[in-house]
Amino acid sequence: MTHQFPTLSEAQKRELHETALRIVSPGKGILAADESVGSMAKRLAQVGVENTEENRRQFRQILFSADDRINSCIGGVIFFHETLYQHSDNGVAFVKMIRDRGILVGVKVDKGVVPLAGTCGETTTQGLDGLAERCAQYKKDGAVFAKWRCVLKISDSNPSKLAIAENANTLARYSSICQQNGIVPVIEPEILPDGDHDLKRCQYVTEKVLAAVYKAMSDHHVYLEGTLLKPNMVTPGHSCPTKYSPEEVAMASVSAMRRTVPPAVPGICFLSGGQSEEEASIHLNAINNCPLAKPWVLTFSFGRALQASALRAWRGHKENEKTATEQFIKRAEVNSLACLGKYSGGDNHGEAGHRIFGSCHAY
Amino acid sequence: MTHQYPALTTEQKKELQDIAQRIVAPGKGILAADESTGSMAKRLNPIGVENTEENRRRYRQLLFTADQRIDSCIGGVIFFHETLYQKTDDGTPFAKLIKDRGIVVGIKVDKGVVPLAGTNGETTTQGLDGLSERCAQYKKDGADFAKWRSVLKISETTPSQLAIMENANVLARYASICQQNGIVPIVEPEILPDGDHDLKRCQYVTEKVLAAVYKALSDHHVYLEGTLLKPNMVTPGHSCPTKFSSEEIAMATVTALRRTVPPAVTGVTFLSGGQSEEEASVNLNSINTCPQTKPWALTFSYGRALQASALNAWKGELNNEKAATEEFIKRAQANGLAALGKYESSGNAGAAAKSLYVANHAY
Repeated sequence: MTHQFPTLSEAQKRELHETALRIVSPGKGILAADESVGSMAKRLAQVGVENTEENRRQFRQILFSADDRINSCIGGVIFFHETLYQHSDNGVAFVKMIRDRGILVGVKVDKGVVPLAGTCGETTTQGLDGLAERCAQYKKDGAVFAKWRCVLKISDSNPSKLAIAENANTLARYSSICQQNGIVPVIEPEILPDGDHDLKRCQYVTEKVLAAVYKAMSDHHVYLEGTLLKPNMVTPGHSCPTKYSPEEVAMASVSAMRRTVPPAVPGICFLSGGQSEEEASIHLNAINNCPLAKPWVLTFSFGRALQASALRAWRGHKENEKTATEQFIKRAEVNSLACLGKYSGGDNHGEAGHRIFGSCHAY
Repeated sequence: MTHQYPALTTEQKKELQDIAQRIVAPGKGILAADESTGSMAKRLNPIGVENTEENRRRYRQLLFTADQRIDSCIGGVIFFHETLYQKTDDGTPFAKLIKDRGIVVGIKVDKGVVPLAGTNGETTTQGLDGLSERCAQYKKDGADFAKWRSVLKISETTPSQLAIMENANVLARYASICQQNGIVPIVEPEILPDGDHDLKRCQYVTEKVLAAVYKALSDHHVYLEGTLLKPNMVTPGHSCPTKFSSEEIAMATVTALRRTVPPAVTGVTFLSGGQSEEEASVNLNSINTCPQTKPWALTFSYGRALQASALNAWKGELNNEKAATEEFIKRAQANGLAALGKYESSGNAGAAAKSLYVANHAY
């Protein structure tokens, strides 16, 4: 490793860096609309809609036809492969609809999780085969960023050293390949909230996982200024008996990021995991009000937390489309305020910014 | 690694972070007065002074008796073991003298470099044996921080993977032990400026080394908020034919740090290496005016760059003491300003320097 064999030209670096900055411009975040066919089945089943290609197209159309109010809230949309080539009722390509309003197009490029033999139910993520060619094609078709999701679990035995190392390595290979093709990689090492572990445990695991991710990025010569991170917020497990305030979640999340994410990374776009729409917004807002130095943008890359109400309002009925779109716009605007630390919250919260964050030394 | 066995209590963490913050308070840096007996020989011989314990005592005395003008520039002093137990002419222990004026007392704890067999002249650093007991004793004797120097070299074949990994590991072990004893560890992975390599090469190597250092610190559960980093600035090798401006040095240095040093690290205190006093101040100033987000304090931990003129003025003569002390105060003040980005060297106008920064995509 003593000599550098440059991976990217100055022009390539500039392009990647500027793309990343545009996605996370102040007040903006990402709409994760990249649910696979299998995931869409789960979403649509909950509202009694059949999982057909046409229904998937109609639902994404509801989101993409939102009016100009979302232009200042949404910096990027992540597409699933199928959606990238679909059109609106008027025959306008979804990609064109999104790009024409100044929102950047991204595409999910991983091919799902596969088991890691010899572990306790852990996985890695596949999709590296032919990834360079696929990225080159997606770039031609209008995408400028990509997403790859790795999954880790917390339990008595997990995450194991192998799962951490293998997933970090895969994320780094994916990132390297994307950048070679002018695509900004969104790096997603999701630690699931399943379990009864507390906030501290999640923070500890998150710190270890992210340290491994950034060491792998360094080893693979990834240009950090041209990447984005999509981590979980640090939260207690779903079945944890203890309740934590948004400020505690924020302090734990920001501490974990401060200990592991180099300042060169332009933005951190949190995933919402199993959080409700309001929870996710409240937490994001608290994160942005946390009184610790935060040298990266802290914003959202939400799927369910942007779409749940829209989905429920729609229920597959044409006459509900406008209402459904309004629900989405509402969440987009709320999260835009949250990523600026200006969301005053729902019924239970008063003035944004006047909160008790407590001492950082307990984290 | 799935469970956390807490390394430090909340109180211990608070104490460590407070110490670190005091050392790098705005406008302050470190006087590295920890030259070993062998190193002092190299300093005293050129000015014709015999390397005796008394001469070493007299020399450190003229630094430590500088008047209150240094109280706003010097946050910490690193002592060599012998010096920690020496006294002024009127019997005041040096440690007490320094501590009473609100300057934090530090101690060099490593025991020098030793060869790594099978490498091309590379080394690791020893000193871990009994380090815990030594730290506990130093803490009783007034020290609140420590320093450990590891050394890496750039050449066709170095630094090797082994040298990087081994030195990162010893630095992490040292840091862990210090913190257990209430001592803030200064982590010094010095990459020597010897060689004809250019700025790019030094930056590349610095990024790889620091990535390894912070991975090791994570693996060893070190509390980053209670540490300081003492790296080399990113500079061309001594025999590099190309000249680089201080803005180029600053951009390369800040870029390398942004890609590797987590924001949780309280401060970065640069070593001066082979730089002249003025060079070291000008470069530190450029680093502080570099237009990139820099979430850690960026200051100095200088040995020669604070003492060279003082030594030359002294030449061992009693009646030169005041003049020598003045030289030291002058450099302390210059570097205090440089740490705030407010140093105007006699050579250039301060304001003009800002416009010379090249776009960062070239780094």
